[in-house]
Amino acid sequence: MIDIASQLAHIVGERFVSNNPEEAFFYARDPGLMPAHKPDYVVVPKTASEIQEILRLASRERIPVVPMGAGMSLTGLVIPLRGGIVIDMKRMNRILEVNEKARYVIVEGGTSHGALKAYLDKHCPRLRHSIPDSPATATVAANVMIHGQGRLTQQYGFNSDMVSGLEVVLPSGEICTIGSCALSPYWFSKGAPLPDLTGLFLGWFGATGIITKVALKLYPRKKMRDVEIFVTDRDDLVPDMVYELTHTEMVEDINIFAQPMPMIFKDNHHITLFITGDTDEELEFKRKMVWNCLDGFIKSKDGGFMSVPPVMKPTLLDMPQRSVSRFADVKKGGGFEYSGPIIPVETYPACTRKVMELGSKYDLAYSAMARVIGRNHAMMFGFAFTFNRADPQMMERTRKALEEGGEFALAAGGVFWKPTIDEQRLALEKMDATTRDLMKMIKENLDPLGIMNPGNWEVV
Amino acid sequence: MYTLQFDINHCKTCPTGDCLVKCQFMSLDKTEAIKEMIKIAEGKDSPVLHDCVTCYGCEEYCKRGNHPFYLITEQRQAKGILTAPRAITRQWINIGEPRGKARLGQVKGKVLSFGFMPELLQLVRGRLFEDVMPSYVFGQEFFCNVVYIHFSNTSIIKERLPQVLENFRKLGVKEVVCMHDECYGAFASLAPAYGMEVPFRPIHYFEYLYGRLHDLAKELRPLRIKAAYQRPCSSRLSHDTHHFVRDILSIIGVELVERAYQDENALCCGDILGMNYGYELKNDVQSRNLDDMAEHDAEYCVFNCSACQNVLATKVAKRGIKPIHMIDLCKMAIGEKPSMEVS
Ligand SMILES: Cc1cc2nc3c(=O)[nH]c(=O)nc-3n(C[C@H](O)[C@H](O)[C@H](O)COP(=O)(O)OP(=O)(O)OC[C@H]3O[C@@H](n4cnc5c(N)ncnc54)[C@H](O)[C@@H]3O)c2cc1C
Ligand code: SF4
Ligand code: SF4
Repeated sequence: MIDIASQLAHIVGERFVSNNPEEAFFYARDPGLMPAHKPDYVVVPKTASEIQEILRLASRERIPVVPMGAGMSLTGLVIPLRGGIVIDMKRMNRILEVNEKARYVIVEGGTSHGALKAYLDKHCPRLRHSIPDSPATATVAANVMIHGQGRLTQQYGFNSDMVSGLEVVLPSGEICTIGSCALSPYWFSKGAPLPDLTGLFLGWFGATGIITKVALKLYPRKKMRDVEIFVTDRDDLVPDMVYELTHTEMVEDINIFAQPMPMIFKDNHHITLFITGDTDEELEFKRKMVWNCLDGFIKSKDGGFMSVPPVMKPTLLDMPQRSVSRFADVKKGGGFEYSGPIIPVETYPACTRKVMELGSKYDLAYSAMARVIGRNHAMMFGFAFTFNRADPQMMERTRKALEEGGEFALAAGGVFWKPTIDEQRLALEKMDATTRDLMKMIKENLDPLGIMNPGNWEVV
Repeated sequence: MYTLQFDINHCKTCPTGDCLVKCQFMSLDKTEAIKEMIKIAEGKDSPVLHDCVTCYGCEEYCKRGNHPFYLITEQRQAKGILTAPRAITRQWINIGEPRGKARLGQVKGKVLSFGFMPELLQLVRGRLFEDVMPSYVFGQEFFCNVVYIHFSNTSIIKERLPQVLENFRKLGVKEVVCMHDECYGAFASLAPAYGMEVPFRPIHYFEYLYGRLHDLAKELRPLRIKAAYQRPCSSRLSHDTHHFVRDILSIIGVELVERAYQDENALCCGDILGMNYGYELKNDVQSRNLDDMAEHDAEYCVFNCSACQNVLATKVAKRGIKPIHMIDLCKMAIGEKPSMEVS
């Protein structure tokens, strides 16, 4: 019987391993609704070679391994369902390289979005990345692992579409580079013109390997940024409005929300859109295009641009936008979760009505929120509920509401985003059988022992 | 039920038709103007009901005691002719709904009324207001609700304004210093036009400031600056107080530039125009207005309404003109610092 804790200590150093109950308690849960399950060990490695050694040890001893960023994905993806080792990535937080002219950055697998933003703000004022609205501790690698979306998603797709290279430690302990970096010093492409192998890892929730480096495309940062909010009482017209807006190619980000509180937001749907420019003329030109593309709706009185008071603007323009985190604590007790399918924008009316129905059925504070992905290609639609963690009944009602929301979205043609294990099971059931077999081949080959984040994408 | 007092006979014998002849958004001669106004008063449809952009101007242009704009609003509502997108109207109705959260200072016989414009709370610090503060009211319970005439909705005003008047009556106040034109317009113009009894004397804050500047005459230092005045739409409802602009500016040593969009010809901030009618109208009005300020070498743009200031401050500043609220300007004249940043 070998002493795993001391073997881990040997790899990462005493201070960075724990099997104490305090740490086990903390690493057993995330801020969402999934039941807790304790890990046996928590390690906080500093290097890729330490991760290689941890995975070799885990393979030898057949111990489950769960990589963890900030644990903010909320759907239980970092809960060690079968115990084992949680690898907390936060010490691997270096920004390794910025290629200004080719506009990409290479970061370590535990670097947070907040740290990357702060670095770019300070050192690369003409560059930006697609920052999500999650708390600033959320990590870049985990965010692309779950196909997150950020401020530039309407223009450039999922944040994972902006990946331009990976370094991954395979479950076997081998390390490999994916993309142009596999044969070039430059990390400009995640695949093309080679076969794109990032699909073996992205979206797998760490079940096929651990990202130790990720290169992310950067984009021009304009000097000015402003926000406009178009309001309408016609949910059925929202898809057409978004279609017109995306047609202009002038908007940075498009978010939609409907919620009953505060009073200023009651009864309406709000299309929040952000515009940018290097000069007043550029910004004003874009504003004009954006306003005028919705002029027909203003004339028919089906919608209009509200006056955004200056006091509201800093909150809206903040990155990440804290209002989501604030909403998370409406019921006090800090519980917040959303079921967020990726679904065509045309389903916005049906989805919003469903959130409202669930809010009143289960007596919950709700928000319908959506972010447009690509030029109207899809949206992330959030069935979002906030709850008090000290109120188990409210938590149960929330769980039911989320479950119903998820089932509804799946039936409406949506695909779960960052699904819970139950939702993963549903998705696998519904999936084309050959696609499922292909996933099985991948999983069996990369993780034959099934030690990587077990419970997730369990095709085998 | 409150009914608008409007005398069609005044229109039938009107020598000018000024209400619509002077309208800056329509082009009607005297005969057409009178004819259309009579049609509206008779409850008939008129192009005016479709083309009016709610600038409030005609309320000032009519010198025969009628209320052409209130009438237009009534008739639009009766005919279901919308000015604003429904969602905008709904939003404003929701934010104006009383929630039992009014804030009261130490209310005395004379009280400042802020409606629910929070910016005003910081403006009233200092010596100009020391003889009345901290006697104030703030919150939806004291919000005049007049803004809904922009949204062709007088029924909500008729429902809420009497309650607001009742709230003031219960406080037992004798004089209400209205810190916003629309509030003054509600009590001095709209409520009487509908036969609502106003249980106190409304005082426009310009009148109050003018009096205080006289009290503090020894402290006054002429500012020696050239300023344009941004007249708000709601000042059309309280045009009897418009002379205070010149009165105040002259005693604090501010030269009012005599520009094209002055007094009766003033252009509004454009915010409501954008919400109701879109970019082109808003941009046209704002551009003409700001170009006019710049062409007349205004160094400052003096705001009466903090909502206009919110909308235009950055835009005027970009033209090298400093935005400032009238109260802040008066503070500067008595050696105090403005409450809002003058950029
Ligand atoms: C208030 C709030 C707002 C949010 N807004 C957004 C938003 O706008 N956009 C958005 O995309 N998301 C949003 N989220 C969801 C989530 O927080 C983010 O997607 C976040 O980026 C997840 O990162 P994390 O580090 O917290 O991931 P974690 O929860 O730690 O991990 C997510 C998954 O990735 C795996 N993983 C972690 N690190 C690695 C690695 N190095 N290698 C392999 N696998 C790994 C984990 O095992 C897990 O399966 C929001 C969340 C909250 C609470
Ligand atoms: S409203 Fe006044 S100005 Fe207009 S026609 Fe009637 S009386 Fe004349
Ligand atoms: S409110 Fe203004 S736009 Fe409307 S009719 Fe009167 S003057 Fe003309």
